[in-house]
Amino acid sequence: MSNIASVIDMPAKDLDAWFDRRFEEKMAERKAAKIPAMTIIATKGTLDMAYPPFILASTAAALGWDVSVFFTFYGLSLLKRKLDLKVSPLGNPAMPMKLPEGPAWIRGKPLPVPTSVMTLVPGFEGMATHMMRKTMHNKGIASIEELREACIEADVKLVACQMTVDLFDYSKDDFIPEIAEWVGAASFLPRAMKADVNLFI
Amino acid sequence: MTEHLHTLDARGLSCPLPILRTRKAIAALASGEVLEVIATDPGSVKDISSFCEQTGHELLEHTAADDSFVFRIRKH
Repeated sequence: MSNIASVIDMPAKDLDAWFDRRFEEKMAERKAAKIPAMTIIATKGTLDMAYPPFILASTAAALGWDVSVFFTFYGLSLLKRKLDLKVSPLGNPAMPMKLPEGPAWIRGKPLPVPTSVMTLVPGFEGMATHMMRKTMHNKGIASIEELREACIEADVKLVACQMTVDLFDYSKDDFIPEIAEWVGAASFLPRAMKADVNLFI
Repeated sequence: MTEHLHTLDARGLSCPLPILRTRKAIAALASGEVLEVIATDPGSVKDISSFCEQTGHELLEHTAADDSFVFRIRKH
């Protein structure tokens, strides 16, 4: 019933019902046409904490969502051309320290030394990072490079924090050219306001 | 009429790779074509179903065989 004259002449009761029905129809149309949007703020630059933003962003993009990730502070290092991400058990007591390789008597078992002691050994962080990478590889987990590439391919907007570059005296040449823009908080927040999902990682 | 079946081998891959590879493989198909995905990640059972729901592709069937899961998806 889209004829205006017939709507104007309607009794009040019918008009109410007509409006309710049209309202539902219009809302359903809007819902069907809507593209979900997500914004993520990535603030961490360790190997383990590089995963959540890239996994969520690439997956959301695969679902057809519009995704932007704002990389700030240590998170900015996730956009470097050459990634050299490390993970440390220091201050991270939940991190399992299990050897992914080696003789059967110790492989896959927790190391029998407290992490507070292990972290005092020089080169320990490198060893922990190697163990984590090896374990991930063994389990078929994607590399950060691969996930980042998937994000770029799926048009995830990679947004870099201008202030961080100035703060740490980085050169913009050290970063991948796929960065969509270099902005500050005032440019990112309006985008976050319009998104359906906002994550701080 | 025999239907040419496209197959994606996602065995041994963990979240979110099976979904990312599925998206890529489906993008290369024409509407109505069917993609068969083979995965070993137990999480892919729910994730592929959620992926289809979100993207409008039709999950025709999913079966479990020999420690792997097989999905047949018709492109929207």
